[in-house]
Amino acid sequence: MNRRRWLTGALATAMASVVSACGEASWRLSEQARRMGEGLTRRAQRLLIPRDALAPTYSRAEISPDFRANGSIDPAASDYRALKADGFAGYRLVLDGLVERPLSLSLAELRTRPAQTQITKHDCVEGWTSIGEWTGVRLETLLDEAGLKPEARYIVFHCFDALDQREDGERYYESIDLIDARHPQTILAWDMNGETLPVPHGAPLRLRVERQLGYKHAKYIRRIEAVESFAHIGRGKGGYWEDRGYEWYAGI
Amino acid sequence: MTDAAADPPPEAVRPASASGAGRRADRPLPGGRTDTWRHPLTVRITHWINVVAVVVLLMSGLNILAAHPHLYWGLSSTFADPWLSTPTVPNWLLIPQGRNLAEARKWHFLFAWIFVANGLVYLIWALVSGRLRRRLAPSGRDLRGFWPAVREHARFHFPTDDRARTYNVIQKLTYLAMVLAVLPMMLITGLSMSPGFNAIGGVLLEIMGGRQSARTLHFISAGLIVGFIVVHVGLVIWTGFFNNMRAMITGWFTIQPPGSTAGPKLRRRPPADGAGS
Repeated sequence: MNRRRWLTGALATAMASVVSACGEASWRLSEQARRMGEGLTRRAQRLLIPRDALAPTYSRAEISPDFRANGSIDPAASDYRALKADGFAGYRLVLDGLVERPLSLSLAELRTRPAQTQITKHDCVEGWTSIGEWTGVRLETLLDEAGLKPEARYIVFHCFDALDQREDGERYYESIDLIDARHPQTILAWDMNGETLPVPHGAPLRLRVERQLGYKHAKYIRRIEAVESFAHIGRGKGGYWEDRGYEWYAGI
Repeated sequence: MTDAAADPPPEAVRPASASGAGRRADRPLPGGRTDTWRHPLTVRITHWINVVAVVVLLMSGLNILAAHPHLYWGLSSTFADPWLSTPTVPNWLLIPQGRNLAEARKWHFLFAWIFVANGLVYLIWALVSGRLRRRLAPSGRDLRGFWPAVREHARFHFPTDDRARTYNVIQKLTYLAMVLAVLPMMLITGLSMSPGFNAIGGVLLEIMGGRQSARTLHFISAGLIVGFIVVHVGLVIWTGFFNNMRAMITGWFTIQPPGSTAGPKLRRRPPADGAGS
């Protein structure tokens, strides 16, 4: 019933926006229609794609020799530079927020956790694809270790990089829901193609959330926070690019 | 579906046969012309919704392409060696105006829903009502007349008399290819670019030969649609713009007196006039 209302609502609003082609009012209408379209797309994907359906995986021979590094490729923030200068020996991943036992783990400690390796494709919102091999720990393992509180609904990734490379610039962040956080292919990767994760690809730790577009795969992760809502973070849309108009659920 | 609102007086209505739901009798016009019932309401509505949806999809699609105007074949992008790099597209061809990937994607997906819903309504209706079989499926005789029809088309020769009652074989094959192959191909290749859908449609992705092949096929199919639109609109104008538009708006199409054609009549001169040629 609710879904039918959504569909008719989206169609009605869309048609209304087409009929009145110009003017401020119709622009606002069409904006609403596009938002409804986005909601419809997200719901359809959640409905059609089983929680644990796996992203396709590839063979070693299919790995891209020219995997593109996009967005930040060498963060300028001083805290990041200091850690990098030291080979990330002083790095600690913080996992806190709505958890019973907040974690603070060095890379060496992270590497003692059970690791998994997967060769997957990375689909950029711009349209290109690169294939890479990723090794890391399942996010679910760390979430269970910390013990999510029942009110936790989203996992937020706070990153070191600011795209404008300014010290006080807006730092990158991303968020996913618990379905994707607990997905068997969602990992925090420290190795790429069998080697330590290089700086352009997010050293020392990046997210792989294989059923979504590239901008969801947060690089240079500083802190992971379990939250009930991300309305108070950044501009409230759940991520750096989401705050700039991109879809929060980036499955297409 | 019948069009009760536009029903002519009862005496003009032929008894509807089982396969001819919504069929109307001809209406004679002065000068030997005849109005014939061509497009039922469902065809007219889905046609115009499709026009809006496809135009928005093409224009927002060009904006999305502009974010990475290079195409590849295979699983992944070979950045140094694209199959095709497309030229910059002028702003007036983009939705929204000016490059804006985030907004273009929202337009694209909203109108993709409209395109798919509308297309399903049309296809299901065309199958169930038998219209696909009656009006679009070519007969054996149609197919045998394929080459003569090609020659007629090449001479820009299109009958507008009784022979225009049914679609010619080239029309039938083109429309069938559009509604059964090219337009569905847009949906299938589009979905195959979705990392979410890939998790359940992996087989489809393999048939395409990978996400970058799917993206390139999406672009090629869009190119075929543009080619279709150019020819289609061109022929709509050439074979009687007002008559064709009226048919797709009201449903009624005017048949000209016997022997009429659209196009140059120069070569129709009887041989007796052209002695020595």
